[in-house]
Amino acid sequence: MKPIYLDNNATTACDPAVVEAMLPFFTEQFGNASSIHNFGNQVGLAIKQARAQIQALIGAEHDSEIIFTSGGTESDNTAILSALKAQPERNQIITTMVEHPAILALCERLEKEGYVVHKLRVDSRGRLDIDEYKALLNNRVAIVSVMWANNESGTIFPVEEMAELAHAMGIQFHTDAVQAVGKLPIDLKRSKIDMLSLSGHKLHAPKGIGVLYLRRGTRFRGLLKGGQQERGRRPGTENSPGIIGLGKAAELAMQHFSTENNDVRYLRDKLEKGILAKVPRAFPTGDLHNRLPNTSSIAFEFVEGEGILLLLNKLGIAASSGSACTSGSLEPSHVMRAMGIPYTAAHGTIRFSLSRYNTLEEVERVIAAVPPIIEQLRKISPYWGEAGPVEDPAKMFAPAYG
Amino acid sequence: MWDYTDKVKEHFFNPRNAGPLEDANAVGDIGSIQCGDALRLMLKVDPATDVILDASFQTFGCGSAIASSSALTEIIKGMTLDEAYKVSNQDIAEYLDGLPPEKMHCSVMGREALQAAIANYRGEEWKDAHAEGELICKCYAIDSALIEDVVRTNNLSTVEEVTHYTKAGGACASCHEKIEEVLVRILKENSKTPSFEKTEPAPVPAAAPATASASSEKPKLTNLQRMRKIEEIIESLRPMLQRDHGDIEIVDIIGKNIYVNLKGACMGCALEAATLGSIQQKLFEDLGEYVRLLPASMMEMAP
Ligand SMILES: Cc1ncc(COP(=O)(O)O)c(C=O)c1O
Repeated sequence: MKPIYLDNNATTACDPAVVEAMLPFFTEQFGNASSIHNFGNQVGLAIKQARAQIQALIGAEHDSEIIFTSGGTESDNTAILSALKAQPERNQIITTMVEHPAILALCERLEKEGYVVHKLRVDSRGRLDIDEYKALLNNRVAIVSVMWANNESGTIFPVEEMAELAHAMGIQFHTDAVQAVGKLPIDLKRSKIDMLSLSGHKLHAPKGIGVLYLRRGTRFRGLLKGGQQERGRRPGTENSPGIIGLGKAAELAMQHFSTENNDVRYLRDKLEKGILAKVPRAFPTGDLHNRLPNTSSIAFEFVEGEGILLLLNKLGIAASSGSACTSGSLEPSHVMRAMGIPYTAAHGTIRFSLSRYNTLEEVERVIAAVPPIIEQLRKISPYWGEAGPVEDPAKMFAPAYG
Repeated sequence: MWDYTDKVKEHFFNPRNAGPLEDANAVGDIGSIQCGDALRLMLKVDPATDVILDASFQTFGCGSAIASSSALTEIIKGMTLDEAYKVSNQDIAEYLDGLPPEKMHCSVMGREALQAAIANYRGEEWKDAHAEGELICKCYAIDSALIEDVVRTNNLSTVEEVTHYTKAGGACASCHEKIEEVLVRILKENSKTPSFEKTEPAPVPAAAPATASASSEKPKLTNLQRMRKIEEIIESLRPMLQRDHGDIEIVDIIGKNIYVNLKGACMGCALEAATLGSIQQKLFEDLGEYVRLLPASMMEMAP
């Protein structure tokens, strides 16, 4: 049976049209964009076109605001380090507890180096408290970095409003929009967002290519030093096939915007409702009224995520889990813990993330596949009795220690 | 995804002896749902011969935890209790043609459940035998007795390995130094040199002369100055905790141990430990000496 891919927040398949657009740039048009001869010149023009395609997707005012990078991680790191370097008089960072490790691990290192990092908390639905945010804004803050949409729960943060508040205080605002681009309307010229990260492989372009949007006039210090590529802001010979692919993917994303927000959303809702209707003691996580149209994160109580994934995989269904066991970190996902999801459920959270390639038939197959898997695992769980969690104290699981 | 052997996969997809055992006369419970894995082992022992007639398990945990449980029940069926008592975590791992290093703790959990079940059958308090060791990893409640045992039987030599086998040190990392101490002690017995290269940002290992020379020579503080300094540092961290609706107070300072009470939102398993860990880190840096930040509840246990 054809495998079903529901892990598009991890990475997406390259669109065939993207691959096709890229191919000539490996062979015929292999030149260096900086060269004067025809081999290079053609490449330079194609990159210019790609820049315009991305500019259109995110509504940037100028095409020079688009800086090509190696992906989301590099863009995130560049943004924060730039803000600190360019404003040495400011030593504070405001971010959230639920950012991607590309932000959080960097902040952890910066904290050790003496910077002050404020991490905004979220409520049980993954939402921020804007009053807490306002109270933290002060003239020692170099940068606010808040993701546009969360990769695990899909919850959307009000970054445009938050950027206005930061701007009013003269603070740079960065958003990790890796999960949002192509799924949410973004019009940067009408916002106060100074920097934005996006990553190709989350929107059907290849891995290893991304963009840092940098608003004109924003003080900037690049991460790397080298040649004059990307106006010296990101030196290194351009990854021309990747850039051309990302440009094409941006164009396709604009064409498919309503598919993502209508068809994909319909499938996601159907999947979520279908599973919840059949599985007891399961609940969706995140802000159900304000989340990405493609993401459903369901917590299954009293079972562990890795087992669910292995059994799904056996049926050719790919999803992912915030469980500790799959990551090797021993701790369940920081996003689930920040939302205060109880341990009884946090270990059994499964994320289904769809794309425009998924079909109704696939969703129906998954709805049929999940309930027996949960039942099978609960049957061998010491926390589950005949028809529900063990409540009889005599039968309760009582470890000798631990 | 993990590189599981076919045997592990097979035991996960078709677990043997899963589910409650109605007429069990020995039960061993290990782990907890907080930690992400828990195992109940049930045995039916023949009172006349001490032979394990039947065994079954219920497990909450990842694929390898379920496979290890299944393997364990297969291994011990038909053994006498004395024979079963000798089954090691390596026997379980070998039965499955190996486990990924990060998953070895699943086999350790299997062996522990077995020992707990045997103790339960014999009417012994297994807890007592176990609680002899000092509590080392607060996050996962792992004591020195278990760590020593696992280090010896599996010939471990790094903190990372200890974490893979027991989970100890896997959350806040504040116990890495204590784990090193255990390793050094055991390796000395075997006159091997421990290798600590792989250990992650080691919080100022006590036996590292390099740090002493590298750090600027701070003037030695008097006791009073030192206490004031500690108070000052803790005081400066309180606003941060209060913003998270928590708080901290110093209860006592005994040698290099600083006992504190964490309050409010700071409390609770791994988060508490992580908070302590990061405050401890700040204390290292500002004091320029190694100190240990411990919950006041551990004062009675202090040596
Ligand atoms: C929210 C978020 N930020 C950053 C990244 C990292 O992007 P990349 O893999 O391109 O470095 C990811 C993807 O894993 C992500 O989901």
